[in-house]
Amino acid sequence: MARSSTEPGKRVRVMVAKPGLDGHDRGAKVLALALKDAGMEVIYLGLRQSPESIARSAVDENVDVVCLSCLSGAHNHLFPEVVRKLREMGAGDIPVLGGGLIPEEDRDFLRSEGVAEVFSPTVPMKEVVRRIEELAQR
Amino acid sequence: MTKDNDPATLRQAYENWRNEVLARTAAKWGRSLEDMPKSVYTPLDLEDHDYLRDLGFPGQYPFTRGVYPTAIPGGLFGVRQYSGFGTAEETRDRLRYLIGRGQAGFSLASDLPTQIGYDSDHPLARGEIGRIGVAIDTLEDLDTILEAFEDKTQPFVSRPSFTANSQAAVIIAMFVALADKYGVPLENITGTIQNDILKEYVARGTYIYPPRPSLKLVGDTIEFCAKRMPRFNFISISGYHIREAGASPAQEIAFTLSNGIAYVEEGLRRGLSVDDFAPRISFIFASGILFFEEVAKFRACRRIWARTMKERFGASKPDSQKLRFASGFAGSTYTSRRPLNNIIRATIECFASIAGGATGSAVAPYDEAICLPTEESSLIALDTPRILGYEAKVTDVNDPLGGSYYVEALTDQLEEEALSIMRVIEDMGGAVAAIENGYMQGEIAKGAYEQFKQMESGEKTVVGVNRFETEEFTVCETFRLDPQVEEKQLKRLAAAKKRRDPAAVRDSLKRLRGAAERDENVMEPLLDAVKRNATVGEICDVFRDVWGEYRPPQGI
Repeated sequence: MARSSTEPGKRVRVMVAKPGLDGHDRGAKVLALALKDAGMEVIYLGLRQSPESIARSAVDENVDVVCLSCLSGAHNHLFPEVVRKLREMGAGDIPVLGGGLIPEEDRDFLRSEGVAEVFSPTVPMKEVVRRIEELAQR
Repeated sequence: MTKDNDPATLRQAYENWRNEVLARTAAKWGRSLEDMPKSVYTPLDLEDHDYLRDLGFPGQYPFTRGVYPTAIPGGLFGVRQYSGFGTAEETRDRLRYLIGRGQAGFSLASDLPTQIGYDSDHPLARGEIGRIGVAIDTLEDLDTILEAFEDKTQPFVSRPSFTANSQAAVIIAMFVALADKYGVPLENITGTIQNDILKEYVARGTYIYPPRPSLKLVGDTIEFCAKRMPRFNFISISGYHIREAGASPAQEIAFTLSNGIAYVEEGLRRGLSVDDFAPRISFIFASGILFFEEVAKFRACRRIWARTMKERFGASKPDSQKLRFASGFAGSTYTSRRPLNNIIRATIECFASIAGGATGSAVAPYDEAICLPTEESSLIALDTPRILGYEAKVTDVNDPLGGSYYVEALTDQLEEEALSIMRVIEDMGGAVAAIENGYMQGEIAKGAYEQFKQMESGEKTVVGVNRFETEEFTVCETFRLDPQVEEKQLKRLAAAKKRRDPAAVRDSLKRLRGAAERDENVMEPLLDAVKRNATVGEICDVFRDVWGEYRPPQGI
């Protein structure tokens, strides 16, 4: 399924979701509110989403970027699974970003699995916003 | 006895101090007197105070100064590390290690599938099995964990603590089934289970069913425990997760105590008298980094709860009016940058909870912000209150900050703020209504975002993160879960299922369903089902079928 390419100046549509069973949504909600304040359209999917349902919603909502947050340690299973499902649905061009409690040494693995960017909690929000805008333009 | 100055003289003296002493500093700073921050508290801040009415003595109504007459019974409170990971065997071995190093009892963490009522072989469990806690699928798993104790009867009387909410009734049933197996009379069982489902919708997210049937299930456990397990704390109402999710100290008090009121009302609906079950209600609060405010918060909590229980619910036993709480050290104040600084944060937070009258504690290891704790970081966490108690002797006196003009004023101020939020919730129809309409969740998300913005703008300082930053980065040792754990647990579950009598399991689940459908207390059929090794998932599926599943509103 092809999605409309993002023209410069158009509002970025971004999805924020919590894959898996982790209920710690403070970071995800803060991110969603901050992206809204930065002028983006935010679709907040909330807790307990399967990789399949996240990918499905991302396609249905025609988003430019998918942001995932996980603090339970299951990211190595869940993040690549979202990438895979998007590819299966022909939407492999939607970049997937991850955040939460992701140990340094897992970042390369996640990138090799097709996760476009992995943010640590110490990255300033300005930088996160800039990177999302950049990825959305591609 | 101090000689109090009369208010008029004092006020005059205070004005003189402002105009003569403070004004000089203000001039130096180039500020007007009005722009100077309030930097001292005096008896003038406590003009309406009545010592006996508002404070009293420790162990006496309104318990502002503590629920026990002595500082901490027996010196230092038992310290228990929140622990559990992998399969029951790994957790048993870890517990043995902690017990061998002087830990009393245990505080058991379950993995997310267990906490949300999914068996390890459920598709949604993939990737989460044995993480953040141990997988408990059947009674056999809990039995294996308790092998950490040489004396089989020991775990039941060592005041263990269970972090179980949506599946709390199942865990209580399992604990009772094992007590039966090892010949421990139910009336001797001690311990605490979280069993606070309402805050799961607000903050922690491990709900299964909608709020109302969930509250009914909590009611079933209250009734069962009040009648059969009188020494077991059947609920630990949590402000901890509410605060950690972004609530202010006043909101933490108000949301938590409003949830508490909902549980008391549920107990009363069962025809229990308030004094039959209220003494076994316990709490857990966050002990954050705002040292004086945390101490004041604990004191305000005790006063509000005591007055609510006495005046609103007519509780006459002092034990029903006492707010006993354990504190959890605020992981949200921990930083992944320069993680060793978290040891300092833990010390401050631990001191606040001791000075605030906590009756138990869980110190978070310094590496919690980055990885699952290592053995070394766990040991440092265990030592933190030991050093405060044995070396610094901060546990010797009850409520050591009582009488501080500042802390008393903060206590009054937090009490007032919390009471006004509680009235807002009451006007909505109580805690359940304030959850169903998203009020509590919305307030917390707003709070979290505000705090985040303050940090990003530098209005709020976090050392090493937004100020005093260095390039240097200490990487702690990351705990790695054995990748074989998932397979191991799946094998354990398959073996347990093979050993049981399928017809007996089916029958017990059918009886359970019947009780749920007829709106009866489900605890007896539940006990029967766990004894027959019905799984957590099978049991929760019965309830899912009868009560439905909670779907939170999308969006924020």
